[in-house]
Amino acid sequence: MTGAPNPSYDNILEIKNLQTSFFTKDLEVKAVDGVSFNIPKGKVLGVVGESGSGKSITSLSILRLIEEPGKIKGGEILFKGENLLDKSEAQMRKIRGNEISMIFQEPMTSLNPTFTVGQQISESFRIHEGLGKKEAKKKSIEMLKLVGIPSPEKRINQYPFELSGGMRQRVMIAIALACNPDLLIADEPTTALDVTIQAQILDLMKELQEKLDMGILLITHDLGVVAETCDYVAVMYCGKVVEFTDKKTLFTEPKHPYTVGLMQSVPQHDQDVDGDLAVIRGSVPSPADMPQGCRFAPRCPFATDLCRNKLPDLETDEEGNQIRCWIYSDEWDGDPEVNVHEQSKSTS
Amino acid sequence: MSRSNEHIEKPEIAVKQPNPRLKSWKSVFNKLKKNKSAVVGGILIILLIIIALIGPYLTPYDPLYDQDVTNKLATPSSDHWFGTDNFGRDIFSRVIQGTGLTLMIGFFSILLGATAGVFLGIIAGYYGKRIDSIIMRFMDILLAFPSILLALTIVTVLGGSMVNVVIAVAVSSVPIFARIVRGSTLSVKKLEYIDAMRALGASDSRIIFKHILPNITSPIIVQATLSIATAILSAAGLSFLGLGAQPPTPEWGAMLSDGRNYLYNAPHVALFPGLAIVVAVLAFNMLGDGLRDAFDPKTRE
Repeated sequence: MTGAPNPSYDNILEIKNLQTSFFTKDLEVKAVDGVSFNIPKGKVLGVVGESGSGKSITSLSILRLIEEPGKIKGGEILFKGENLLDKSEAQMRKIRGNEISMIFQEPMTSLNPTFTVGQQISESFRIHEGLGKKEAKKKSIEMLKLVGIPSPEKRINQYPFELSGGMRQRVMIAIALACNPDLLIADEPTTALDVTIQAQILDLMKELQEKLDMGILLITHDLGVVAETCDYVAVMYCGKVVEFTDKKTLFTEPKHPYTVGLMQSVPQHDQDVDGDLAVIRGSVPSPADMPQGCRFAPRCPFATDLCRNKLPDLETDEEGNQIRCWIYSDEWDGDPEVNVHEQSKSTS
Repeated sequence: MSRSNEHIEKPEIAVKQPNPRLKSWKSVFNKLKKNKSAVVGGILIILLIIIALIGPYLTPYDPLYDQDVTNKLATPSSDHWFGTDNFGRDIFSRVIQGTGLTLMIGFFSILLGATAGVFLGIIAGYYGKRIDSIIMRFMDILLAFPSILLALTIVTVLGGSMVNVVIAVAVSSVPIFARIVRGSTLSVKKLEYIDAMRALGASDSRIIFKHILPNITSPIIVQATLSIATAILSAAGLSFLGLGAQPPTPEWGAMLSDGRNYLYNAPHVALFPGLAIVVAVLAFNMLGDGLRDAFDPKTRE
């Protein structure tokens, strides 16, 4: 275990106004633009959004793995109450893989083809705990057992190409969990897997999360995955959080028109759909050419002049849920009786 | 959470798994075996090494001091298989003695050059940006000179001796390695498992030497084999010009140079060391070409 829980913080991770930009010759692309959210201790936060909404960049920013020409411009990333952006590179290396771990999207390419599975799990023991070869190997076998890989003594001497996708993702999880991290960042951990394996991997993550009492930041674009695993959900659109709620609220009463659109574009097996599946019209604006008002305005069926001209703030309601939409503010200049759910159904 | 304990993948029992690393080397070896010229090259190299190791103890004459002055420039006979040179020394014994010398120059100069080149290339490729520009532009400068000219210049500056020949040939082989390694590093460092290693908290040097280097060994091995051939040729060339091995050292290039003056009335003096050079260079080239094909994952079987 890394350090006894420090009672002075409630959230394992607090992100405040994180800004990460990529710079081209004469252009600044704001991939993450003022993102804020919290992950309470031992909870799972899902980050949902379309491709290009800044989910992955947010997760890489947390580990400070943004590479040139990208740069974290501002904000705070408080991990256990300490700002990661103030840490030196050497301090960050001690945190990576030890206190914060990451699982990548592609189990096929995230393992080094020239090393055995055992050697790769051993790496984190050897980097962070300075264990010898034998000790590390013993612990690696335990890790493989933990993630439910049968006959780990044999698997440990195999190379990644000898394992199936699901097995490799289990190995990735074993590597990530080797040093008992307090926070696990999972960047679309199941996207590359087929559905039955997806369920297994999600169950495994959830089970281990409860066993080891760690926080998980789960990045996904699959609302089914969110429903199955998360406690809280942050919906991102164009580098900003547009809605932050607990899971139940998200599915029972989504507020932001974008969230509603996402929900409706998921096929429902218990409803007969006449005709086409609902879609969100239009496409994500280019990060280099953002609308000046609400970023969702060009695609929003309810957009008014206010939406098009002024960016709404992320407001917190009395239940602690956050929403970035003019409809729920006092300044709303459209139909006061607007019902996001009904109307968007009829328009689609 | 019972689902996670059911496994779609069944463990394959009873099949005894050979070490996969060994298996991959075996597959390279099998491909190599099918390539006739590579096999010939390999056998020749092994022969040359055996000759270099035990040959000097079996030579009929001392390569330096058995000077049969009455029998100068004798043509090949049963006494002197390759004839004698202008001092009456047995050319066969000298060629044998020179084998080890030649192989050693080739081997050590490439060992030196490849080490430096790999190091520079991997640093340039991994860190990129300004470091990359500085290192690679410097390599470009070295590449701009024909390698023999570069080696010639270095030996001229350092003075003619075997050690300096090794250094000169090593320096002239650095840029090729740096280029190859830089390219491979660029492609490997973009792969996700390198990101995964960084997310695991590995330091730069650990990533470079433990995770990138093993992934780019095959082009290095191929280039090293081919470069040994070039190195042998360059070294022989330098000795031929009188800048390398000094007489009476039985270096093939130097012997060739000695024979130059007797090309009309005693061509065998130059012929045999020349043939020896041809055989050695050809052997390394054939093996190198074979290795390149064998390491290429696109050629199956």
